[in-house]
Amino acid sequence: MSTTGIPAPKSASPRTRWRLRPPRIGALFVSPYVLFVTAVFAVPLGYTIWISFHRFYFTAPGTDIDTPWVGLRNYQDVFTDPVVQRSFLNIAIFLVINVPLTVVLALVLASALNAKLPFRSFFRAAYYLPYVTASVALVAVWQYIFGADGLLNTVLGDLAPDPSWLVNSTLAMPVIAVFVTWKQLGFFVMLYLAALQSVPRELYESASIDGAGRVRSFMSVTVPGVRHATTLVTVFAIITGANLFSEPYLLTGGGGPDHASSSPVLVMYQKGIEQAHPDFAAALGVVLVVFVVVLALVARKFTEKGAE
Amino acid sequence: MLSTSRTKVAAVLLALALTGTAAACSRSGPDSVSAATARGPITVWLSNNAQEVAWGEKMIASWNKAHPDQRVTSQQIPAGKTSEEALSASIIAGNSACLVFNTSPASVPQFQKQAGLVPLDDFPDGAQYIESRTGPRAEQYRFEDGSYYQLPWKSNPVMILYNKDIFRKAGLDPENPKLATYEDFLDSSRKIVTSGAADAAIWPAPTSEFFQSWFDFYPAFIAESGGKSLVENGKPQFDSPAGRRVFDFWRTIYREKLAPNETFPGDALGGGKTAMSTVGPWAVATYKDSIDWGVVPVPTSDGRPASQISTFSDEKSVAMFSACENRATAWDLMKFATSPEQDGAFLADTGQMPMRPDLLRTYADWFAENPDYKEFADQADRTVEVPAVAGSIDVWQTLRDGWTRSVVFGREPTGEELPRLSRDITSLLDEY
Repeated sequence: MSTTGIPAPKSASPRTRWRLRPPRIGALFVSPYVLFVTAVFAVPLGYTIWISFHRFYFTAPGTDIDTPWVGLRNYQDVFTDPVVQRSFLNIAIFLVINVPLTVVLALVLASALNAKLPFRSFFRAAYYLPYVTASVALVAVWQYIFGADGLLNTVLGDLAPDPSWLVNSTLAMPVIAVFVTWKQLGFFVMLYLAALQSVPRELYESASIDGAGRVRSFMSVTVPGVRHATTLVTVFAIITGANLFSEPYLLTGGGGPDHASSSPVLVMYQKGIEQAHPDFAAALGVVLVVFVVVLALVARKFTEKGAE
Repeated sequence: MLSTSRTKVAAVLLALALTGTAAACSRSGPDSVSAATARGPITVWLSNNAQEVAWGEKMIASWNKAHPDQRVTSQQIPAGKTSEEALSASIIAGNSACLVFNTSPASVPQFQKQAGLVPLDDFPDGAQYIESRTGPRAEQYRFEDGSYYQLPWKSNPVMILYNKDIFRKAGLDPENPKLATYEDFLDSSRKIVTSGAADAAIWPAPTSEFFQSWFDFYPAFIAESGGKSLVENGKPQFDSPAGRRVFDFWRTIYREKLAPNETFPGDALGGGKTAMSTVGPWAVATYKDSIDWGVVPVPTSDGRPASQISTFSDEKSVAMFSACENRATAWDLMKFATSPEQDGAFLADTGQMPMRPDLLRTYADWFAENPDYKEFADQADRTVEVPAVAGSIDVWQTLRDGWTRSVVFGREPTGEELPRLSRDITSLLDEY
């Protein structure tokens, strides 16, 4: 009952209260995930950032070591290290080849596999197979093709590059980029296949009535229709590409001669694990995270441009 | 009200997470004073070499029979890219074995910095035992602080093993191969490759891993320099006439494609892809049934006789790790496992050389029955180790990067690369 003449606001219905105020049982349900994220992501990330600002190394339990604050010294070491610089250049070469190739090939193949083809399921599985196969197993095939005495050089004869593909400081990274594109394509084809299901058939019919051919229809209907999937594919490709490790490690014997195919994550492994400089590796890890986030945001902005 | 509840729930979740993390981080090791004299059960780790495992199990069975109250159990070193990485991880986790019978001397400075090792001269007879068993070579295993953090256990003196069939095919005399001088070695190599007898004359891994220098540059440098270590008295030794000759020799090998600059995925010598390989005595058991082989010392520019050639030891040590609670037992087991009897059994089971002086006379009967190993045993007295300096792995990685750049791919002239490497390694040594 109001004394002001203004009707009192209706009290929230039990249903509304349920939506706005989740009961404690809800918090209990999410708690395993909160704990998981805290334990395996938030705490290690925070610890990594802390390490990156200190002189630090890992020791046996119960050992008192001095871990002085060194400010930006580790970051300075990272930015001035020629091996790190080379690894970021390598990853830039890798991304410039891998990301556009992944987006274009995955979309074209997904469109083809979305059409009514004989043996469509077989082809879908065939493209997905390299993605679910361990890199270690696939590397042998790639070495058979690109090795100094491999299939490609046998075909090329005198035209084969010298030094050969995998030890050639110019060609090693493009070969790895093509390998990774091929290996991961199946996953991105699946993302596009899912996105293609949501493009209305009527749009293709309208385009056809307007006289659009296959190419025009692809450019005007398919490409805008899967724009959000393109963003997802681009961001995923950047993130997985920037975290490249197994392929250069396995294909080129730990980053190739003179670090010709080193990646930042490979350098983190070498510095942090092999050479026992976790502080340097932590700083490099933080730089890499920032690099990936910035790149992913730029890519998202670029791919979503004109979406509205 | 509800907001307060949510805050409480969040606080409880955060507290749980932090408690878990804190529990995971709160670590402690055994008390070193009481552990030093404690006896009881211990664990040892062996390499994953089948012959070494067989010897280790027999040795431990023999110990356990005599010491039922100080039972020893063994397992192979946990899997990792290298055993050194697995050991480093186990030091940090505090779950390493008491003893590891396969510790690389190059990693000992790192393990020592991690406080993962027990100084063996803390035991009253520690230094005396190591020096008496190892002889004058023991000095190479003493760390910069004067302590021994490892017991030098076995060596695999590096030599050049060659395939006699490939030499025959190339028109070379397999019984008297001309491989002693750089010039002869290069001539023989050219004949092997140009005749098509094998794809490569010699095929060490040309990759950038820090330890690969132990099988191309380092043995050649030790031989050419008359037994110098990479670093002596805190100074790199390779920017010298001997170092330059070694760089130029190997540069010629790569330039003339006598060795490929790409890794062979497998066993190039066993597969007949290369005529020669740099190996230790372990290779005798590996190749005795598959190829007709011969062995020669590492070449030198002037073709010195074998008796004057030193080589890389490819040694492995026994180290006691700080996670060990019963260190007195561990020390006794170390001495038992490296006694003359056990060393003889080890030699017989594995063909690897115990780090004892004058092996040929000490185990004369065994060498009479196994003459294939004699030349390796003769070299075993003249082996040089990796330097026991802090930052050892950084030093080797720096050298390897320069080697692949200048020698394997010929991008930097030797005259510029060697002084640069020497400067870089000097500053690394100063930094540590």
